[in-house]
Amino acid sequence: MSDLNQKVQEAKAQLDAHAVEIVKWHFSPETGSPFWLDWAKEAGWNPAEEITCFQDIVAKFPHFQDEWLRDLPNEIWRPKAFEGQPFSIFETGGTTGMPKQRIGWEDYKIDYSAFSETLSDEHFPRDHYWMMVGPTGPRRLRLAIEHLANVRGCSCYFVDLDPRWVKRLIASKQFDQARAYMDHVIDQATTILKHRSVSALFTTPKLLEAMAERKDLIKAGIKGVFCGGTTMDKQYTRFLVEEICENQIGFVPTYGNTLMGLARHRPFGADNDYSITYHAPQPRAVLRVVDPKQTENLVNYDDWGRVELTTLTKEFFMPRFLERDEAIRRAPWDDDPWDGVAEVRPFGAMEKTIVEGVY
Amino acid sequence: MAIPHIPCLRLGDPYVSLNQIEVNDYRDGAVKATVSQVNAGVIRRDLERMDEARAALCKFSTAELIAIGAKAGEIFLNGEVQIGVDGETQSPGQYIETLSSTSGLPHVMVKRNMDKIHYALTHMDVVLNGLTRGIDPAILDAGVGEQFGTQVCFYPTSKALGLVMPSNSPAVNSLWLPAVALKTPIIMKPGRDEPWTPIRLIQSFIQAGCPKEAFGFYPTDYEGAADILNRCGRALIFGDKSTTDQYANNPAIQIHGPGWSKILIGDDEIENWRDYIDLIAGSIADNGGRSCVNASAVVVPKYGREIADALGQKLGPVKPTTVDDPEAKLSGFANPKMGEWIDGAIDADLEEAGCEEMTAKYREGDRKVVTDGGTYLRPTIVYCESFEHPLSNREFLCPYASVVEVPQAEMLNQIGESLVVTAITNNEAFQANLLASPLIERLNLGPISTMKISWDQPHEGNMFEFLYKRRSIGMAA
Repeated sequence: MSDLNQKVQEAKAQLDAHAVEIVKWHFSPETGSPFWLDWAKEAGWNPAEEITCFQDIVAKFPHFQDEWLRDLPNEIWRPKAFEGQPFSIFETGGTTGMPKQRIGWEDYKIDYSAFSETLSDEHFPRDHYWMMVGPTGPRRLRLAIEHLANVRGCSCYFVDLDPRWVKRLIASKQFDQARAYMDHVIDQATTILKHRSVSALFTTPKLLEAMAERKDLIKAGIKGVFCGGTTMDKQYTRFLVEEICENQIGFVPTYGNTLMGLARHRPFGADNDYSITYHAPQPRAVLRVVDPKQTENLVNYDDWGRVELTTLTKEFFMPRFLERDEAIRRAPWDDDPWDGVAEVRPFGAMEKTIVEGVY
Repeated sequence: MAIPHIPCLRLGDPYVSLNQIEVNDYRDGAVKATVSQVNAGVIRRDLERMDEARAALCKFSTAELIAIGAKAGEIFLNGEVQIGVDGETQSPGQYIETLSSTSGLPHVMVKRNMDKIHYALTHMDVVLNGLTRGIDPAILDAGVGEQFGTQVCFYPTSKALGLVMPSNSPAVNSLWLPAVALKTPIIMKPGRDEPWTPIRLIQSFIQAGCPKEAFGFYPTDYEGAADILNRCGRALIFGDKSTTDQYANNPAIQIHGPGWSKILIGDDEIENWRDYIDLIAGSIADNGGRSCVNASAVVVPKYGREIADALGQKLGPVKPTTVDDPEAKLSGFANPKMGEWIDGAIDADLEEAGCEEMTAKYREGDRKVVTDGGTYLRPTIVYCESFEHPLSNREFLCPYASVVEVPQAEMLNQIGESLVVTAITNNEAFQANLLASPLIERLNLGPISTMKISWDQPHEGNMFEFLYKRRSIGMAA
């Protein structure tokens, strides 16, 4: 057996054991959450006994409905083991109406501490300053980025951007207002860069581009950029690396959200046409690329499919949530010996126009 | 021949994008080229370098650039021109054949468009003389000088000329040609299905000795197009009303939308209407009826039904032939859905009372036909009782016109904005009213086809006045 195959098998065994442990946790009266305990009663089977591997989750659980996170009270998701501990409430969506909310305690710290290990000291120097320019507000990301900076001995400046407002401006075709709002955000960011010493940025691709139009980021002292939030196709990634970061600033694309955590990328560049592949922080989260019409089935490697996320932590269990994204399924690699998702874009992007906004 | 890849040009340098689209044969979908598509950021970066591009042009005098343009015209018409990133070249014959296969224009129309562009390039001195009203080119080089006994001084209004081009009419490229001689760099988004004419023109210029830095060729998306329009300083946009309306109040953007060109016959000439049927039919249907200068309405004080019937007899039998037929009159649709939509839109409005399609009985068959895999719309003439009817003042991408009866005294109140009006009348009072009308961009007095272009006259705005402003100047003796 090759080294990679060996690693794939080991990762699979680790995932299976983790899946069993987490399902037992959430479906045991001593530790589980009211939502999942009630769900099991209604479903008429006991996941704590019947789930023996990750594949059982795929075979036996329906898709998680994210409306549950909007319509049900937050405490219904609290595992008994966390009783008496106040939780953080993190939001997603909410451009109109009630947002979806996920509760949590330490997950984001665990996820982002692990992610820190993948960052280089050259591009993300320790004991310095970071700046986040992007959606803060009620998002997990805001605390996560600060934690990530802190883990590396850094402090972080924040410039907020409210994506809900931007989406509303664009949906109502108020493009001038959207542009003015983005200028307002960039004004604040460049002011910080002018008056403070910052070596690492977390932002979205569009905001990065807009900052670079106003300020020479290399001269401003930026050494690394940690970027995520919207689609980056191959050409756009190449543009960001070659022309915005001028092949000097370390460019770290990421894929993540409030429900998953953070997927790291594997090396990319001119030799693979800047195709970005992300790998979930398995076993705490699992990304599958599935056939949209038969979602229990994976698509073949290098084919497009819909992204499905399963989150497996003691704080949150979320089986088989169908993301609003599509991606190419990629084979495992040495550092993350499980499937990757590549060239992520909004689900149905080839068929319809998706509002992703100026951010 | 291998399928060429047409790269983006960044200050003249080829740039192969990782995003590419195919340009396909409108009949069988065969791939004729792949074309690099760039993100808007690439354009924004390059716009920061327009000083370099202008400086490269300013190394030449206007007279030298006019001469280079004339040489480019000869290369465009007769030369072998590089179009592919791997050195693939294109002969004039291949240009005609390929453009025809992706645009649906028959060879004879491509050739005619080619001749127009060639004429504009080889007569740029005449064109500029008309646009500048006789300013000595040396004054444009110096920026200041004396002409007609007075000091004149001109300065450029923009860092570049932005162009968002259409796919349906190659000859519209002649509109931007004066910009090169006026030392203004070009930043262009070509039409989705028509990279051929722009790239052939640009490469002809470069081959003729024009600095490559003058040319930005950026197949791009909506965001890129918007940046070209909003960031160059001056720009031209071609498109339908819904596209161009967004820029209607922006003086930095010159709009080339529907022309709603018309032919008016006065009371004094209406009894002679039979003499003008050939002229009217040509104005409606030449160039496949696709130009903004094609007449889309014929406005007459009486005999409307008879005139519509005579046009129906003449144009109704016209049908698609082969693309290489020298007598071909119709263009196919690069996007068949567009043809279907137009056909449906005309039929839907014909349901409304107050009109009659006069071509139907002479056509023997449907308006929409599919021949050799290509979709075509045959000519359509509709008699309308008044301008109240929805088909009375419409423009479609095919030979289409209404014939509307309106008393002469009411014509100017009812025709609306019109790119070209050919007024067949000798009535001096009517002519005076026509000359004073702000609704008419180009006025032909007498039986002149609406399609006839005078190169020394401005077309939808004066390019010189668009790109340069006169400044008040004082100079110490």
